[in-house]
Formats: sequence, structure tokens, C-alpha cells
Amino acid sequence: MKKKKKDWYGVIRVLAAVALAFIIATIIIAIVAEDPATALHKFFLGPFSTKRNFFNVIESMIPLVFAALAINIMHKSGLFSMAADSAFYMAGVTAASIAIGCKLPAGVHQVVIILAGALVGGLIGLIPVLIKKFCGANELVVSLMMGYLFFNFGYWLIREFFIDIANGSYSVKFEKTASLGKMIQGTNTHYGVLIMIVAVILVWILMDKSKFGRELKITGANRRFAKYAGINVGGVIVGSQFVGGAVAGAGGAVEMIGMYSKFEWIISVSYVWDGILINLLASTKPLFIPLAAFFISYIRVGATVMSRGGDVDAEIVSVIQGIIILLVASERFLYTMKKRQEEKEALENQLIEDKKAEE
Amino acid sequence: MEMFLKLDFWFTVFRCATPVLFATMAAMIADRSGILNLGMEGAMAIASLSGVLASGFSGNLLVGGFVGLFCGTLFTMILAYFIMNMKANQVIAGIAMNLAASGGSIFALYSITGDKNTSNSIQSKAFPSVEIPVLKDIPVLGDILSGHNVLTYLAFILAIVLFIVLKKTKFGFKVRAVGESPEAAESVGIKVHRVRYQTMFLSGLLASFGGIYMSMGYINRWTAGMIAGRGYIALATNAMAAGNSLLGMFASLLYGFGSSIAIYLQNMNMDPYMVTMIPYLAIIVFYVLFSLYYRHKNKQHESL
Repeated sequence: MKKKKKDWYGVIRVLAAVALAFIIATIIIAIVAEDPATALHKFFLGPFSTKRNFFNVIESMIPLVFAALAINIMHKSGLFSMAADSAFYMAGVTAASIAIGCKLPAGVHQVVIILAGALVGGLIGLIPVLIKKFCGANELVVSLMMGYLFFNFGYWLIREFFIDIANGSYSVKFEKTASLGKMIQGTNTHYGVLIMIVAVILVWILMDKSKFGRELKITGANRRFAKYAGINVGGVIVGSQFVGGAVAGAGGAVEMIGMYSKFEWIISVSYVWDGILINLLASTKPLFIPLAAFFISYIRVGATVMSRGGDVDAEIVSVIQGIIILLVASERFLYTMKKRQEEKEALENQLIEDKKAEE
Repeated sequence: MEMFLKLDFWFTVFRCATPVLFATMAAMIADRSGILNLGMEGAMAIASLSGVLASGFSGNLLVGGFVGLFCGTLFTMILAYFIMNMKANQVIAGIAMNLAASGGSIFALYSITGDKNTSNSIQSKAFPSVEIPVLKDIPVLGDILSGHNVLTYLAFILAIVLFIVLKKTKFGFKVRAVGESPEAAESVGIKVHRVRYQTMFLSGLLASFGGIYMSMGYINRWTAGMIAGRGYIALATNAMAAGNSLLGMFASLLYGFGSSIAIYLQNMNMDPYMVTMIPYLAIIVFYVLFSLYYRHKNKQHESL
């Protein structure tokens, strides 16, 4: 009973943050757009305007879900590593390399690609935590710089080995056997959706139902206590970074062979910020992540539809996302509401106890 | 290897070190008061864009510089408000602000000028380069140290000033006291909140100088993503400097060294992406080495 009330407070807070962000966005759009009514209509309802737009929401949700799952695992340890971006990009590079360079039968090809992507992602996820363990350098700083490093490194590899000379910036085409295949006719939505659902369930089991997940939660919440409880703290933390990196890597590989037929990531691909936001919105519960990712994907597609009109840039989404993160992360946002509720509860409890005492 | 013999190479080291030195000092002053200012990347982006826009529209360099500094500092003060008054996690809040700044700056440029990603239609002014009277006539040193942008000299002078302020002044003492133990500082009557707002203000101001140097110093154009992680690199150089801004100068020059190598190799027709890797790799390697050194030193200290 008591717990339920507390959860409601969390939900209201998130909804209020989202609402406030949308109000600010609406005001900005109203100022900037020449025809605010049309722009806002496109922004809020654009994803429902055509079948293609709607399924656009579904397919662009896939990398968001993978990124948020990765962040969920990696940050629960109490380490703020952003290595998921490097893992995602390098897994994409790995996927593209295998998709171009290896001749395997369909079915096997995709499985090999996704497993290789996960492995590369996992290894990259280990870099910041191992550097921290052995050298003491801050994982946040190292992982942020790794993002720039691996983007340049990965794209350089593609340019060096698989560049399409005629095009100059993209790679040559993947083997047909490597593609994940389109799931719904007339859209870009591919079978990665199913892999995404499997990933959500696996991460849910790992985090909420397994010994590893329990130990990780305790470690993240209170490292000293975890040590006294006999948990292998170092092992759990390092493990979480590997698994998180692997999830991001699998996501990178799925995105690469699901959405593309050649390597096209010529600017750095970043999903960690979205991952952090989605994980926050889902209040770090794996099962809520797809829901939160759908929402973020929805406003993204809405903004893209709106920007086709011409006068409002789609980047307004970043501002909305920033405001939501800022408010949700603020302990004091709607704090008085929480305090009032707690006071009320305390008073009720007091009354019940008084009654009991009278009896 | 012959590039190391060229004077131009060493000149470029100082040029590339400048924005990172500003940001390093920004990270340092916040850090010394106990705040991790992750918003420098965003502050630099905001300052660089608003500076270009203001100088382009007003046709006045100083107006541009002032507006750039104002916007970048305001941005940092908003972050400070959320960290201190709203009790937001400083890492998450910094990330949120940077996200809003990176997208918001592109959005603002497009809404105001119609330019996408690069401020082509704006004629911005740039801060001038200056020759230092006596220095410029000394053979090798003059070629390397004279003729830099005004802001480069400002950065290096401020690094010395910051060293003195932190070590010798009452304000510096308060900052360090708050950083080391806010409770103890509070108990002797230092207003922790006020000191932290002051350091965040200075931090924002310094980061904004780095920002306007990027878009109104060596070049006078704003491009999306032009800060390219310099605000994050400063976190590493600050950690390397361990609170000493003279060491921060040295750490920034190490970054400048990596960048200068990259620029030279690129001119020699090496793949641009392979070359761009170098400064980031260099800073990770140096950061790791410094961390090892500090860890070793602390261990020795403990065993005594």
C-alpha cells in the first residue's frame, strides 16, 4: 500500500517533467514557425500521418532500446561509463566487415554478425573499468574520449578496407545473406524488432531474476555493504560492463544489418544520451524501457516530419530531451508534493497507532 | 620526424592548446570547490555560437565577445542552479545541459539565419593576433611564442593568475576549504553555496572564453560539433593537473602537441580520420600515465 503511493509520485514527476518540456517546446515552435498550427500538428501527430511514418517510429526505437538496456546494466554498478557509444559504433563496423568480407549461408551469417558485434561491444565496455581498476583514471572521462577515438578509428578501418571507390565515403554493398530482412511490406521495419524483444526479456531476467542482477544492485547501492555480504564486488562490476557493452554491441550489429545495405555511418552515431534519458524515464526497470523508447522515438519522428515543412529544425528534440532529463534528475523537482504526501502518510499512521493504543 | 624541427609545428601546439587550457581552468576552479562541471562542452558550444551571431549582427567584435561570454556563463549558472538548489546528480545534469546545448545551438542557428550546421551567411569578426615587441625578435622563441591570438596570451596569463588566486588569496582558501570539506567550511562560517556559485560563474566564464576562441579566434565561423569534446578533454587535463593550473598549462600543451601532430600528418595526405584519432589517443594515454603516477605517489604517502 505504502509502496504503491510512492510509485505514483515517481510517475507524476516524470509526466510533469515531460509536460513542462513540451510546453517549452510548444512556445519555441510557436515563436519560430511561420505557421505554428501546422508545425505543431505535424510534430504531435506526424507519426500517425502515414503507415511509413508510424513504422519509422518502430524501427528507430530498436537502437534506442538496446542503448537504454546497455546503460541500465552499466550504470547500475555505480560506474558512469559512456562506453556504450563506442561499443555500438565498433559493433556496427564489425558487422559491416563480416557482412562484406565473409561468405556464409543466410541464417548463419546474421547470427555470426550479431554475436561478433556483441563480443566486440563487450570488450570495448571493459576498457574504462579495467583502466579504472589498474590505473585509477576516471571511467567517465576515459569513456567520453573513447567515443571520439573509436568513431575515427572505426570509420578509418572501413575506409581502408571496404570503401566503395565510386562513392568515396560509403562502403561497398553487404552480401545479401547478411541482411535481417524487412518484416512489414512497404516500411523499413526489419526483424531486429524481434531480436530487440528477446533482448529486453533476457536483460529483465538477468537484472531482476538472477543472482548476478541482485548482487549488481547491492553493489551499486552500497559497495561497502556488498563487500561485507561476501559479494565479489570487482567481478560483478567488471561483469556488468562486459554484459552492458555486449548488449550495446548487439544493438549496433542489428542496426547495421537491419537498416542498411552498406556502411553509411560517416558521422559519429551517439545513443548514450538517449539511453540515459530512456533509462531514467523507465525508472531503470528493463520492462518499461521499450515503452519509454517508443515515446522518444515518437517525438523524434514527429520532429522529423515537422522539419520537412521547412522552418523548424528537428534538433528541437534534443532541447526537449535535455529538459526532461534535467527535471527528472532533480531531486527537488516537485519535492513539496512528496513532502506533503509523506506528512499526510505519517499523520495517518499516527492516527492508526493511536486507535490501536486506545483499543 | 622532421616536423618536430619546424617552428610552425610548435607554434601550432600553442594554438591548439588554447581552448583546452581555458576549459582546463574552468574544470579546475569548479573541481576545487567540489563540483564536477560536465557542462563545459555545452557552455563552449553556446558561447561560440552566440559570439559569432552577435558579432555578425552588430558588426562589433567586443559586442560579440561579450554576448558569447554572457550566454556561456548564463548556461553554466543554470547548471549550477540545478546541481545546488534542485539537487540534481551533477553528471546527469551536465549531460542533460550538453545535450540541450548541442541540439539547441544547431536549432538556434537554423532558426535565426537559415544556415544548416555552418554559419556561412554570418560575417563574424575575429580576435586579432598580436606580435610581442621584444620577444618577436628573438630567433626561435619569437617564431613560436609571438604572433599568437590575443586570447592565447590571455589563457596563459590567466593560468598564472589562477595559480596565485588558488594558492595565495582568501578567496582561493575558501574555495579549497569548501572543496575539501563542505561541512567543516560551513562550521567556520564560509557560505558553501555562495562560494560554489562564484566558482561556477568563473568556470562558465573561462569555458566561454574557450568557446569564443574556437569560433572567433583562429577562424571566424561556427560549425556544429566544432567543440569536438574539448570540454571533456579538459576533465582529463584537469585530473592530470591535480588542482595546479601551471601543471594544467603543461597538460593542455600535451593535448596541443597531439593536435599539432594530427594537423601535420593531415597535410601530408594521411587519412583524415586516422589522423583525427591522434589527439584523443594521446590524451587517454597521458591521462592513464598520470593516474598511475598519482596512484603510486599516494600509496607511498600512505605507507609513510
